[in-house]
Amino acid sequence: MNSVEVINIVKTYGEVKAVKNVSFEVAKGELFGLIGPDGAGKTSLFRVLTTLLLADSGTATVEGFDVVKDYREIRNRVGYMPGRFSLYQDLTVEENLSFFATVFGTTIRENYDLIKDIYEQIAPFNSRRAGKLSGGMKQKLALCCALIHKPDVLFLDEPTTGVDVVSRREFWEMLNKLKKQGITIVVSTPYMDEASLCDRIALIQDGTVMSINSPDRIVKNFPKTLFAAKANNIYKLLQDLRRNSEMESCYAFGEYIHFTVKADDADIVRISQIAERENHDGLEVKQVIPGIEDCFIRLTLDSGQKIMDRKK
Amino acid sequence: MKKNYSNEDLHSEQGATISGQQQKAIVCNGLTKQFGSFRAVDNISFDVNEGEIFGFLGANGAGKTTAMRILCGLSYPTSGEATVAGFDVYKQQERIKKNIGYMSQKFSLYDNLTLLENIEFYGGVYGVSRSEIKIRSSDLISTLGLQKEAHKLVSELPLGWKQKLAFSVAIFHRPKIVFLDEPTGGVDPVTRRQFWDMIYEAAANGITVFVTTHYMDEAEYCNRISVMVDGRVEALDTPANLKKQYKTNSMNDVFYELARGAKRADN
Repeated sequence: MNSVEVINIVKTYGEVKAVKNVSFEVAKGELFGLIGPDGAGKTSLFRVLTTLLLADSGTATVEGFDVVKDYREIRNRVGYMPGRFSLYQDLTVEENLSFFATVFGTTIRENYDLIKDIYEQIAPFNSRRAGKLSGGMKQKLALCCALIHKPDVLFLDEPTTGVDVVSRREFWEMLNKLKKQGITIVVSTPYMDEASLCDRIALIQDGTVMSINSPDRIVKNFPKTLFAAKANNIYKLLQDLRRNSEMESCYAFGEYIHFTVKADDADIVRISQIAERENHDGLEVKQVIPGIEDCFIRLTLDSGQKIMDRKK
Repeated sequence: MKKNYSNEDLHSEQGATISGQQQKAIVCNGLTKQFGSFRAVDNISFDVNEGEIFGFLGANGAGKTTAMRILCGLSYPTSGEATVAGFDVYKQQERIKKNIGYMSQKFSLYDNLTLLENIEFYGGVYGVSRSEIKIRSSDLISTLGLQKEAHKLVSELPLGWKQKLAFSVAIFHRPKIVFLDEPTGGVDPVTRRQFWDMIYEAAANGITVFVTTHYMDEAEYCNRISVMVDGRVEALDTPANLKKQYKTNSMNDVFYELARGAKRADN
């Protein structure tokens, strides 16, 4: 049985189509990522799955229960960490945790094993009010509260947004530990580099799923050979390459520029010749393996958006 | 490109030239900000060159926002010295404000004004003349390809477009320096790159760019970056040199190495 099944879900707000006919499933024990920018429809999907929002059409089940008919069953079986910090700011760390345990008819002690590793990091601040915690600490407390009733499925809506690299890395280590305990995890993030840490991902933009697969497969499906170039004056190189009629796509990527060419049989020798024509100091050209972000850009471009032109 | 200076503009120009002989947009020397016993910014020193894209990175709570508020003329330091566009952070806060632009992800434009009204409002606040606002705003609207949206409320624009417009508005009065506080948070990868194209273009036109970001690939787009940890600047160099120094090919690792020992975190 799948842990989560989403079939043709549509959700509109007035004229805005937030979720357009989205379908996917998440296997039991899987770490599944919804990867996409703000406004992609991630939060609406989470709210439908946690029974907080009714979809216009389509169906969805969590642990075999229907999100409309069986919402009470679902609420006992899922943990939800919304994008906005939603604990009680003027209760202490311990009070928040006890409160959520009590609401779900359990105690901190009963499921302590599950939260031990995470809770120990915030335990020194037990008597501090949640509103006075740092960003990383709040995040850990929220995760503990979402876990305290030992849910079958954990929904995490952008848990790492606005969090620095160190806390992000720690958070993903915690998720991997939870996964080992058999909990199904659905997590959303706008950071493409986090996609590779999931078992499978859905790339989502403008309410539409552009691709669903394992991160490896998504990368393998990249249809072109991808090249990278850099030079001392990288902005000039970017402009020059974009003017080149053989280019298909061309965009900044970290210290390099990533590009594909129209020809299907492009090899590195030929590409180097094209790049060298522009006469740049410190020019370096190489073939690279695409990342999830390259794939996301590719899919966005295929759907009609232009990267070279900043006009609509 | 520059025309129709008001008296105030001329005044500012001179101030900047006299004290900024070394073509430095920002000079910071031993800058410190103390809140009670807490040293939010602890003796930081660095220069930013004119026309440079300078990445100002740091862990949550490292003191970036406090430092940035001082450099924007919104807060006084406890000790140390700093000039921004040649103006002193103690004595010339108002001059600083006139010569910089500011944009953040959290606050940028007024949702309940139209695109054009936002542009006019910011132009007016920064003392751009009415006739000049007219010329520049129609230029801007057509450069961004937003003719159809010009009279729509900003709230109706997609996030990515808001951010691009917000950046354009932040440099509308042609400041010497623009401060960008996590300008691309939550924006899709394609729009994020279009946004950086605009940053490159502004820098190529001589505007100094001072930017904070949590995206490490964006740190690579900067000429130089500094990394703040617990109130101090722990590293400052080009991205290439920092990666060499930390023997890695990813800025993520550089940042992680520097920041993982941090004792502080934000609220």
